[in-house]
Amino acid sequence: MIQIRFFASLRERLGLSSMNFEYSGEKTVNELMIELIDKGDRWLLLKEQDVLIAVNQTLCAKDANINDGDEIAFFPPVTGG
Amino acid sequence: MISVQTEDFDHCIEYKALRENADSDGAIVTFTGLVRDFNIDRSVSNIVVEHYPGMTEKSLMNICSDARKQWELGQVRIIHRVGTIEASQQIVFVGVTSKHRKDSFEAAHYIMDALKTKAPFWKQEATSKGMEWVASKASDEAAYKKW
Repeated sequence: MIQIRFFASLRERLGLSSMNFEYSGEKTVNELMIELIDKGDRWLLLKEQDVLIAVNQTLCAKDANINDGDEIAFFPPVTGG
Repeated sequence: MISVQTEDFDHCIEYKALRENADSDGAIVTFTGLVRDFNIDRSVSNIVVEHYPGMTEKSLMNICSDARKQWELGQVRIIHRVGTIEASQQIVFVGVTSKHRKDSFEAAHYIMDALKTKAPFWKQEATSKGMEWVASKASDEAAYKKW
């Protein structure tokens, strides 16, 4: 099982802040995104160019590996400060 | 030291703490960011800051340690507020001490540029048209890349 979290405008547009996802085998974030998009068009927005990804609270690229128990987050570019 | 908090902060208290622990440092640089009451052509009455608890602190710690690798620093203090903040109120504080001024000036500048592009905070502004998410600026990314 992995936990997937969404923040800011992405959270609002999806109407979802977090979800648990049954997960088996080794996958990259990109493969996870493909699996989600297969489930429904609402997930297409994860593919938008400016979406940032964090695995276990560290920014990473789409080719990052995911392990069971990981926390994956998707969010728009940050705007603090 | 890093704080992510809803409460306001007192610049004088923060400066005093930096000064009291400055030891043999010869420079203190502080930066305070305020919430602007406008964005492009709209007036802003307040903002709501969302963040990613856990990752925010981790990201700010990483920014501090990156700064320490590049400059010789004494103390580094970062405060960032979250939740609802009224226009003209304080939102962010960065305080740095060092033996010589160049390190403090540059490190404080770097920390702000890194915070604006790497730390997971998102602002929503209350304008006459309702709540609007603030768009990231290419100029912020360009400022960070210069380091």
